[in-house]
Amino acid sequence: MSGSTTTRRQVALGSIFLLILLLLPLVVDGYYQTMLTTIFITALVGIAWNLMMGFAGQLSLGHALYFGIGAYVVALMAERYGLSPWLGFPVGFLVTSGLGLVVGFLGFRFGVKGVYFALLTIAFAEFARLLFEHWDYVGKTGGLFLGSVKPDNRSLITLRGSATFYYYAVLATTLFAWLWCGYLVRSRLGYFWRAVRDDEDAARALGVRAFRVNLLAAGISAGITGIAGGWFALMNGNLFPESVLGMRVSIDFIIAPIVGGLGTLCGPILGALIVVPLNEIAKEAGQALGLNGLNILLYGTLLFIVIVAAPDGCWPWLANRLALAGRSSSKPDGP
Amino acid sequence: MIELYAGVAINGLMIGAVYALVATGLNLIFGVMRVVNFAHGEIVVGGMYIGYGAWALLGLPTSVSVALAAIVMFGFGYCFQRLIGNQFANRPQHAQFVLYISLALIITGGLAMAFGPDPRSIQSAASFSVYKIGSLRVDATRLQAALSAAGVILALWLWLRFSLTGKALQAASQNIIGGRAIGIRIDHVFAIATGIGFACAGIAGALIAPLYDTTPYLSADFTLIAFIIVIVGGLASLPGAMLGGLIIGLVEGLAAILFDPSAKSLLSYGLLIAILLFRPMGLLGKRRAL
Repeated sequence: MSGSTTTRRQVALGSIFLLILLLLPLVVDGYYQTMLTTIFITALVGIAWNLMMGFAGQLSLGHALYFGIGAYVVALMAERYGLSPWLGFPVGFLVTSGLGLVVGFLGFRFGVKGVYFALLTIAFAEFARLLFEHWDYVGKTGGLFLGSVKPDNRSLITLRGSATFYYYAVLATTLFAWLWCGYLVRSRLGYFWRAVRDDEDAARALGVRAFRVNLLAAGISAGITGIAGGWFALMNGNLFPESVLGMRVSIDFIIAPIVGGLGTLCGPILGALIVVPLNEIAKEAGQALGLNGLNILLYGTLLFIVIVAAPDGCWPWLANRLALAGRSSSKPDGP
Repeated sequence: MIELYAGVAINGLMIGAVYALVATGLNLIFGVMRVVNFAHGEIVVGGMYIGYGAWALLGLPTSVSVALAAIVMFGFGYCFQRLIGNQFANRPQHAQFVLYISLALIITGGLAMAFGPDPRSIQSAASFSVYKIGSLRVDATRLQAALSAAGVILALWLWLRFSLTGKALQAASQNIIGGRAIGIRIDHVFAIATGIGFACAGIAGALIAPLYDTTPYLSADFTLIAFIIVIVGGLASLPGAMLGGLIIGLVEGLAAILFDPSAKSLLSYGLLIAILLFRPMGLLGKRRAL
């Protein structure tokens, strides 16, 4: 069977890719390491969002809510109470997945679907942003700065460190989340998700508890996004409601998995590898030429080209090219 | 004290009428094509720059720049839908979402390059004139904008109801296959709907150009306000957009003096969440779309 050969190729290419990522910090400097870390964070949120949209079929346009809250939880616990992020991350995960469950519960219980669900998620995210902009405890629009926790050489305890530290830490988190999602979509739950996505009534008739299955997707997706937010807070050292909870944040995170390929496991990673550098190049070009707005124009144009030229995303195309077109990775509908 | 609240309420209702026009455009596009135009606020800002440009370069009054904005945005919307939008008519939601987001980014980027990030405002003697009704002082520019917006909405309703093309639009919104069967050119009708939707946003932009400091980055706020209004009023319901616009204008106006000017949107979002949960079809919406 060609299936096993394909699997072997997938494992081989995946290992090579991972090996390159592991060795890369030896040859690139801090600037590129930080950019690559941003790519990992984007990929991490993309993987989480894709779980909800690509596999469970719920369009969330407000993932900044979970990203921002996760970031604020980790930062506030470290800054206000001196608690280690080792504690902050589990709490952040619980809080954000709880929020995901609440938003999902309200949406699914009241039968808010499609466009309405998408707009509900935007409303919650914007509501949170406005709330944080008027809340003294989180620093209002002035932002929150991680001053008390200095990066030092005990990175593994404080989780604050150099660019290289964040590179490996976020890479490990992303890898873990990717493996977890890979397991989930191949599990019983994953088949339920796709069944509900493709035809909820039929799935229900076969005994799938659509409400509970959807809720799980929302909770897990939100929790992983919260973890990504926590890493962003530690790496950046400062947080503003607009920069982690804003509408633009939600949009940026959604674009990577769509460009990469919705409903594929590797799509969000490929998408992040394409979108983040594009954004960066557009920004550099805009600054070099001193033209305000050029970066936005370039970014928009590139997105436009991608969505018109490769409507299913880039991964299905690349997978074919690399002869990875086994049953599992070529079709957007596959696990 | 009562005068203060009455003044704020009237101001809110006046800006609400302009919001209603923006939302009507969004609603028309959604009603006919089931597409959410995420670039709607960008079209409004485009209209504002047309208003500003017509005044700064040519010294044209608002009435002329409104007509100009209507024509330019109609043409833009028609061409966009004909060349690109129609190809996306049967694509899944997320693909349409990215298409409109990219359009929004292109417009914002283009405007920022053309006009720079600095706020542009129209300063003319007319912008200080007021009407006095009893002890109430009503800003003349605002009142004119509100009345013009209401006039455009009314004209649009009449056109949709009585003209042949308007009826074709309604038919297409109800049943595309049936519409095709009786000889409606769906591509053309879709393009007309997008053109009118964009024109509504452009007109609204030109009308409020004298009231706001125009910057390219105002667009997201307008898009979100339009979303709130159409959900509160009812997606695909034109009277709903009018009602929603007035409600949101009033709520924002009153929230600004009751709480904090920058917190005014908080109340709007609270209202939006409540509506989505308890009456997702909106106040005047009838059927559940999608």
